[in-house]
Amino acid sequence: MPRPSHPQTPTRMLHRLLLAGAAATTLALGASAWAAEPIKIGVIGEESSVAGASLTKAAQMAADEINAKGGVDGRKLEIITYDDHSSAADAVRAFQRAVNQDKVSAVVATYISEVALAIEPWSARLHMPLITAGAASTDIPKHVHDDYAHYKYTFMGWLNSAFIAQSICDAEQDMLVGPFHMKTAVVMSEDAAWTTPLDEAYLKCLPKAGLKVLDHIRFNPDTTDFTPIFNKIEGEHPDVIITGISHVGVQPTVQWHDQQVPIPMAGQSSQATTSSFWKDTNGAAEGVITASAAAPGVATTPKTVPFTNDYIKRFGDTPAYDGYTAYDMIYVLAEAIKRAGSTDPDRMVEALEKTDYVGTIGRIKFYGKDELYTHGLEYGRGLVTGVDIQWQSGKQVAVWPKELAQGKVIFPTFVKLPQQAAK
Amino acid sequence: MVGLQILIDGFAISSLYGLGAVGFTLMFGVSGVLNLSHGGIMVVAAVCGWLAAGDLGLGVYAGTLVGVLAGMLAAYATYFVVVRPIQRSRAIPREETEIFVLTGTLLWGIMIQDGIAYLFTDNPVTTRPLISGVTSIAGVRTPQNEIMIAALCWAAIGLLWLLVNRTRAGKALLAASMNPRGLTLLGFELSRMYLLVWTIYGVLAGIAGVLLASFLGVSSANAGQLTASAFSIVVLGGLGSVSGSLVAAYLVGYLETITAYLIAPTLRPIPALLLLVLVVYLRPQGLLGRR
Repeated sequence: MPRPSHPQTPTRMLHRLLLAGAAATTLALGASAWAAEPIKIGVIGEESSVAGASLTKAAQMAADEINAKGGVDGRKLEIITYDDHSSAADAVRAFQRAVNQDKVSAVVATYISEVALAIEPWSARLHMPLITAGAASTDIPKHVHDDYAHYKYTFMGWLNSAFIAQSICDAEQDMLVGPFHMKTAVVMSEDAAWTTPLDEAYLKCLPKAGLKVLDHIRFNPDTTDFTPIFNKIEGEHPDVIITGISHVGVQPTVQWHDQQVPIPMAGQSSQATTSSFWKDTNGAAEGVITASAAAPGVATTPKTVPFTNDYIKRFGDTPAYDGYTAYDMIYVLAEAIKRAGSTDPDRMVEALEKTDYVGTIGRIKFYGKDELYTHGLEYGRGLVTGVDIQWQSGKQVAVWPKELAQGKVIFPTFVKLPQQAAK
Repeated sequence: MVGLQILIDGFAISSLYGLGAVGFTLMFGVSGVLNLSHGGIMVVAAVCGWLAAGDLGLGVYAGTLVGVLAGMLAAYATYFVVVRPIQRSRAIPREETEIFVLTGTLLWGIMIQDGIAYLFTDNPVTTRPLISGVTSIAGVRTPQNEIMIAALCWAAIGLLWLLVNRTRAGKALLAASMNPRGLTLLGFELSRMYLLVWTIYGVLAGIAGVLLASFLGVSSANAGQLTASAFSIVVLGGLGSVSGSLVAAYLVGYLETITAYLIAPTLRPIPALLLLVLVVYLRPQGLLGRR
């Protein structure tokens, strides 16, 4: 049965109209009446995972900031988000929909290599600029390098696995080999596309950094009970476990802590890069070291701290590593569109290749056509190196590189360090 | 050394499997329902316990109680929203009720799983252990929480045994699993038996969920796996046989642990599944099944 209409409807309607008018005026004033059609950017994340949700939130934040300052050449930047449920098939569908239906001008997507590798060919086929927010497989830039004419539309917004490994090896040499006299390591990685090149690079660079690799363990990301793995590692008596984990994180960390595995964990533990990890693990994260894009309170660049603070204010938690990159990449895209003077994909690619932008993660440049990792994020001091953080009493403390470090490496009491063992 | 390690680790996980499966099989015995949202209910208990202990600041013990209560409520919801309407529906032919219940609970489980993933992400939740610290058992460093979990599981199973064998309501429940029609002739209300069995089931699944969260961690993505493991344990032990389920739980728990330690952690569930196939071929009624 339809509801009887309210007797006061006309006044109410007037009220609403006035309110709506006021809201519209505020919006128009705030954004100075958009000159033309908005520029749409598709952002493909995954709302049910910490990293995937951080990606879309941070991208939206960047767009809001750009719009508050007048948009891109007077055009509003509009973010359209999609959820790929971390499935390659869903991501491809989202990508196609973004291009064909929603008519976006560029796409920022995913932190999962398998997903990035699935949409990369579609960026080539549909001539759609694509920047990945966190996927690390070295195959992504290799495809661009090997078939530049077709694949040139794909760029990487975060370091690839080879550089992540290099960064970690450099960090372990400075943090663990020097001060703690660590000599041996076991590599423990989840079986995924991004860890294949990561492990390959680990096995090469760890010995150079002074850590002999005693064993190399790859486990199924569906693993729930890590006891047998830790047990095996403990039997080999390494000084440190070098991790390569992103799909998993909470469970190995909690079990490592509850079982008091006496070997420290360092390397890459992507879930540990976000502040909710402490709560998720009930503090079991204490002592865990991971590489990250940036850290709260650490001024990698003048933009890092303000962004982190604004993000916490708006969403409650600190951004995950791909939150930093997604935020930066929206700015990188906006600048490229300004430089190109249009959203024509080929001109955008040319403009993106000229990117030299200081974002929250460092100075962002992409490798060129003739370099090994074409369109990959450039790695190095003065560019992007990443930061190593350690969880200490509920806080992420930057411990590497030296110029950004906020504190020293401290391990929980159950961890046995080499000097102690020698005594 | 590895042998003892397997013995200890296998015991804790097997006890949890047993607890999860006992309620599952009891319910099948009494009301003929195979609840495929089992894993979902365990996840609800785990997530609610985690929320209460952490975000609401109730601490680990109150959090555990909230989790168990949530498991019970989730079981009631499953019964009243999904199972009972299907059982009472006149539109569904009598002989197809079971298949509809199976489908209904399966879909319900998926809804729970996706709902939790949407609201709380599919990141695993872990609750603080009831007691922290480790003890050395003949050289094997064992978290005290693991011992506590095994003890709690057996306490719950023991209480269930007392309930079924020593109380009037419990005896009626046992009778219902043997001959429901006979029970109604004696003047028992079957619907009250159903409610009782769903309550017991909910509490057991809740305890299992909360304890699992403090042991290995629970994610909404595990819901299907948890249902599958309870289901295969119950089929292995014999549908409706509580003791069969317990035996099967230890068999599966130890097979998995041995595989994980001695062969490869990646192959963990495989041998138990092979055993299940073998049992279904050679002894379809299960190890201790009557039917």
